[in-house]
Amino acid sequence: MKIHVDQDKCQGHNRCFVVASELFELDDYGYAHEVNDGVVPAGMEEKARLAVANCPEQAISITEDD
Amino acid sequence: MTTEAPKDYATDYDVLDPNYIKNPFPVWDQLRDKCPIAHTGRWGGSWMPTTYADLFAIAQDWKHFSSMDVLVVPPQLQAGSAYLNEEGEFQGDFPGVAAPPITSDPPEHTWARKMLLPPFTAKSVARFEELTREHCRHLLDAIIAKGTGEADAAVDYAQQIPPFVIATMLGVPTNMTADFTQWVRKFLELGPFNPEGAVEARTNILTFVWGQIQDRRQNPKDDLLSYLVQQKVDGQPVPDTHILGTSFLLIVAGIDTTWSSIGSALWHLAQHPEDRKRIINEPEIINSAVEELIRAYSPVTMARLVLDNVEVDGAKMCPGEKVLMNFPAGNRDPAVFEHPDEVILDRAKNPHIAFGVGIHRCAGSNLARMEMKVAIQEWLARIPDYSLAGASDETTWAGGQVRGPRTLPVVFPQ
Repeated sequence: MKIHVDQDKCQGHNRCFVVASELFELDDYGYAHEVNDGVVPAGMEEKARLAVANCPEQAISITEDD
Repeated sequence: MTTEAPKDYATDYDVLDPNYIKNPFPVWDQLRDKCPIAHTGRWGGSWMPTTYADLFAIAQDWKHFSSMDVLVVPPQLQAGSAYLNEEGEFQGDFPGVAAPPITSDPPEHTWARKMLLPPFTAKSVARFEELTREHCRHLLDAIIAKGTGEADAAVDYAQQIPPFVIATMLGVPTNMTADFTQWVRKFLELGPFNPEGAVEARTNILTFVWGQIQDRRQNPKDDLLSYLVQQKVDGQPVPDTHILGTSFLLIVAGIDTTWSSIGSALWHLAQHPEDRKRIINEPEIINSAVEELIRAYSPVTMARLVLDNVEVDGAKMCPGEKVLMNFPAGNRDPAVFEHPDEVILDRAKNPHIAFGVGIHRCAGSNLARMEMKVAIQEWLARIPDYSLAGASDETTWAGGQVRGPRTLPVVFPQ
């Protein structure tokens, strides 16, 4: 599974970072970026989905492995 | 001013109607089902969306919906002008000072916001957490020292926190907090009933801030005002009117909003011992509890100005009309939130829009969260058991565009 934060949509609500701090980092303006090229480590899939569900900007997308 | 109670909220809502202010939730539920974008002729006229989807769509569409004028009730503030009276004349001093970036559209908004964000990241505001905690403890010491087992959780506590924190961040004397509180109330809460008083309060704030700005130019310190005066845009210093407007915004926007959120949270907890126990016994849920309390009791409703003919969810809007962005109603929309009227402290899916959504997401959201977290934790550490005073709920609420308790009498065991 991979995640991606669309930088045109992220407005810095920080909700993803709070629910899944292992998967995101915040820059000096508070905007979120995926870490580790967006690769979600095994066992963290539920946290990735929570991040998507809590983003008010609908800025986070998930790509499932084939 | 119309004082008659509204008969039909779909066509005649009144955000200053006392019954609406006290309990707006059933009205929003009715409107969402029957007329998702309501309209009123009151207070100069406005539209009011109540579904999450419509609020989201309008907030993202800044090309049609400008933030030049975010207030619906007087005195109305317009970017690039001073306050306008009914004849459209300037009122008060400091013409040309708005409140950027909340009153800005792109392209000004883009650089103005970028300048403001670094001091308000979660990491930056964490520097003020310990100080906020100490301040809350002092307030609680004073409440408990009275020995009566009674307190006004709004006046003696919630109201005392945000002005202290923003004064500290700005680097102005914290003995100014009583003045800040009075000015902000006169400007926002009491403005609709006393526009001249609001203009006077605006002048008071701007006069004070202008003096501070001039001082920081001569004697820079490690504070937010010094940071602001040192900013440059495209290599040029930021215009005085802009710095002044942003400083004005920091005082006005950071005070009664957060104080309303803290007050509403304490009002809820006073009536829900099970939620108090959870926060005490499961301290790890505090972040999610804060988000949930902000969702359920979102205080802020900002407006937008329609720039062009546009239709949203069947409502045909024309240039010059206002839209009241009822984010609080969106946060109780059952299409997005399961059991929206229940406070579920560990709610897993909570994409609330209490801080707005889109390019105007509240710049102070991390500060508000920090203050709420600390205020709730410290209150419950000292007063774990309390309830509303009196046989019936004596809480008084302020409404309009910022909703929250203004007096909140509570009792607790000695």
